[in-house]
Amino acid sequence: MLDQQTNVSEQSPSCEETRSDRCYRPNVDILEKENELYLVADVPGALADKIDVDFADGVLTVHAPVEPASDDGRRYLVREFGKGDYRRSFRVSEQIDPSGITAEFVDGVLTLHLPKAESVKPRKIAVRAS
Amino acid sequence: MVFGYSTTRHPIYQLRDEMDRLLSSVFPGNSWPAVNRPEGPAVNMWEDEGGLKVEMELPGVKDEQLDLSVVERELIVKVEVPESEPEGVTYHRRERPVGSFRRAIPLPFEIDAERVSAVLTRGVLEVTLPKSPSALPRKIEVKVSS
Repeated sequence: MLDQQTNVSEQSPSCEETRSDRCYRPNVDILEKENELYLVADVPGALADKIDVDFADGVLTVHAPVEPASDDGRRYLVREFGKGDYRRSFRVSEQIDPSGITAEFVDGVLTLHLPKAESVKPRKIAVRAS
Repeated sequence: MVFGYSTTRHPIYQLRDEMDRLLSSVFPGNSWPAVNRPEGPAVNMWEDEGGLKVEMELPGVKDEQLDLSVVERELIVKVEVPESEPEGVTYHRRERPVGSFRRAIPLPFEIDAERVSAVLTRGVLEVTLPKSPSALPRKIEVKVSS
């Protein structure tokens, strides 16, 4: 899936299931500011200290594990969601500074800040009046 | 109020729903997540010895934005989120549901409303709803007459 006129596109397969566990594709917002791109992902139930963010060869991968399910033998009356690790990858074509990537996790929401590389930041050119 | 839940659905999820619907007709029971669910975040509900447990995914919701109540045989979950549009940003992708909502979850039996408790942990709400004493099984003594 390639988004038109965007600098971040979905890298597939974004969610590979292992044989034993289900894996979920989190909903994300991707936004751009003057100096950075940022990605906001809904990963309710994810364990903050186990979240893994990887950026290699222009591909950003987020892996957010959740607590292993303990729902054996539960008698569900309503079941609208399942539980499993979140995983999703994006190809980032914008030049970003990998060393400047930061992440925060609040109330089940992961926010990644991807600062643009110096070379692509809009640069103001001073015009000197003569 | 903005109800973003149905409009932000990605076509691939609609396809998944179609598949689930198909599969649930072949494999009845509750091993597949529900399909025709109402607007609002996803809910799981199960029964345990003491009563009911309800679980809801509420990423980004703060406890002060959340209002829970039990009215007759329904659990009402209300979330009021202030509307705010970040300034000076361009959206490249927007999938996360936004806005306030209210959802009423029908309960299968009477609940002891005084003893309902809830915790919100890392964006997941878990509500414990003990059965009302009137809904607990009562042993009826049978007198034998000779």
